[in-house]
Amino acid sequence: MPRELTYLEAVREALQQEMRRDERVFVIGEDVGVYGGAFGVTRGMVEEFGEERIIDTPISELGIAGAITGAALTGMRPVGEIMFMDFTTLAAEQLVNQAAKIRFMFGGNATVPFVLRTPAGSGTGAAAQHSQSLENWFVHVPGLKVVMPSTPYDAKGLLVASIRDDNPVMFIENKLLYKSRGPVPEEIYTLPLSVSEVKREGRDVTIVATAIMVQRALEAARQLAEMGIEVEVVDPRTLKPLDRQPIIASVIKTGRVLIVHEACKTGGFGGELAAVIAGSEAFDFLDAPIIRLAGRDMPIPYNRTLEYHTVPQVDDIVQAARKLAEGSV
Amino acid sequence: MTLTAEKKHDLLRQMYTIRAFEEMAEQLYTMGKIHGTMHLSIGMEASAVGAVAALQDDDFILSTHRGHGHCIAKNADLNLMMAEFMGKETGYCRGRGGSMHIADVDGGNLGANGVVGGGIPIAVGVGLSQKMQKTGRICLSFFGDGAANLGPFHEALNMAAIWTLPVVFVCENNQYAMSYSAKKAFAIDKISDRAAAYGMPGETVDGNDLMAVYTAVRRAVDRARDGGGPSLIESSTYRWRGHSKSDANRYRSKAEIEEWRAKDPIARFRQQLIDAGELDDQGADAIMQAASGAIDTAVEFADSSPEPDLATIEDGVYA
Ligand SMILES: Cc1ncc(C[n+]2csc(CCOP(=O)(O)OP(=O)(O)O)c2C)c(N)n1
Repeated sequence: MPRELTYLEAVREALQQEMRRDERVFVIGEDVGVYGGAFGVTRGMVEEFGEERIIDTPISELGIAGAITGAALTGMRPVGEIMFMDFTTLAAEQLVNQAAKIRFMFGGNATVPFVLRTPAGSGTGAAAQHSQSLENWFVHVPGLKVVMPSTPYDAKGLLVASIRDDNPVMFIENKLLYKSRGPVPEEIYTLPLSVSEVKREGRDVTIVATAIMVQRALEAARQLAEMGIEVEVVDPRTLKPLDRQPIIASVIKTGRVLIVHEACKTGGFGGELAAVIAGSEAFDFLDAPIIRLAGRDMPIPYNRTLEYHTVPQVDDIVQAARKLAEGSV
Repeated sequence: MTLTAEKKHDLLRQMYTIRAFEEMAEQLYTMGKIHGTMHLSIGMEASAVGAVAALQDDDFILSTHRGHGHCIAKNADLNLMMAEFMGKETGYCRGRGGSMHIADVDGGNLGANGVVGGGIPIAVGVGLSQKMQKTGRICLSFFGDGAANLGPFHEALNMAAIWTLPVVFVCENNQYAMSYSAKKAFAIDKISDRAAAYGMPGETVDGNDLMAVYTAVRRAVDRARDGGGPSLIESSTYRWRGHSKSDANRYRSKAEIEEWRAKDPIARFRQQLIDAGELDDQGADAIMQAASGAIDTAVEFADSSPEPDLATIEDGVYA
């Protein structure tokens, strides 16, 4: 039996191992020290690395983003934490106008190798200001990389790779996935950024999903298999820059594609994926329209039932994929 | 500026109501009736009640994620508040907002806020609007010590000052922003000292002494209403409970918590009233019981209220 960790533990292990290996790596954010981070990701780390390398900050999101930018620019490899993705809005100026553009504006003469970790997603009853999935805001900004792991194994390997990457990386974790478990090797390893992965093979329908929707798609695929529908699930893992080929290859194979993400539909990543597929050599192989399942275009409600119905669930994926497979779309 | 005995009884009632509401909130949480998180202000009642007591009924407040006290001090309907906390259709925000987003627009409460410091710049806009419309109303902005380190705090205070707006900034310094002690988060001793940098009066008061909070805020309110512009009041207090339900309290000692519990603002005000002969023990107990009775009624109301109808899920996204 390979060793299992939770997604949360996998993130922590990546940070610990990379900090042991490279003195330039440090963690900075609100309550990351003794408190261990709002979700407990950095718990125990201040005991090992001290307050010099696990740095608590005031509530100053813009300040955190600026601090990692400046530190990255001058020889360090910082990992910033923004407690909830919603608050990257406060950090946006430094991320969007500064960090993302510095290398280009300076004619390639500087690098900004930081990682900004932040949890996204709904399902915790935290309502409209603590539940957003804003990945597409950052996908839209050239110069930033956007990574969204869906399993503990991916979380560890992609985080290590993100820390070693010479670009500013937005590393988006999912709150509901934190407790999910899976095999994670003890040794340090990297998974290359910008490599999409086929998480399950199938011949009838391709589902391209991100973050927790990968897990929901895999569950849907198990149920659909019982109905005789074989679903292929592709996880881009890095949203920007996107590795298109495995997605296109899968659509060529199945001829039908369902795109699933949690963020709001309009202006979301699904639209980008649909355009990539429609504009590729897979177009001629499409036997049905490209379908998107996404969060409704609305803030996340507090009420549990409303919240549940605001973003795609396993049943929604099963129904949509089934319709696609049966040619009733 | 003096308050009648009757008004003081009412303020004591409000403090007991806040305590009872939050103790009930904890129970409901343990019973699994609440999904999500919760931020309790137990120990900070004098700050909320004393500050709002300095306002007129038609003045405005903006609140924080720790806003139950502010809401009750602004005379919220407890039934609607409890229903919101339980996510019911009958709640202040039809179950869409939850405790972190309760707003009672008609009552002048322009919203709790899930974003630290999120309400401070809005308060400036409310003050601007009152000045433009010559309503004579003022806006009180509550926020924590943590919020005072965010950029929006600085932008807002400066704007309020240069435009002489009728805004009162009340920083409730409960000594911690989650785990981060105010002692570490500031290189100055008093947050109210920052007022000078924006050109407004600043004052730090004992936030566990209702009359001290009332007196300071009342001065600021009068000044704002007279066209004298904004003030910054730091109300120094303490939260007894953890930051939220997931707080293991690793960053502070039991002894410290005990020390502050001994400074219970409710017991203190109650004793002040008794010492002044404005109330006796029996009368105070009756006020306390009435407060917890009102909370029981609110729970019954919320419990028997309907869940929102799924068909209305997108209501309110656009006007
Ligand atoms: C902009 C922003 N950053 C971080 C958070 C997470 N958070 C919620 S409350 C809190 C502490 C706030 O401290 P303070 O302003 O002192 O208010 P208190 O909780 O002490 O009442 C933090 C960090 C948030 N809600 N908003």
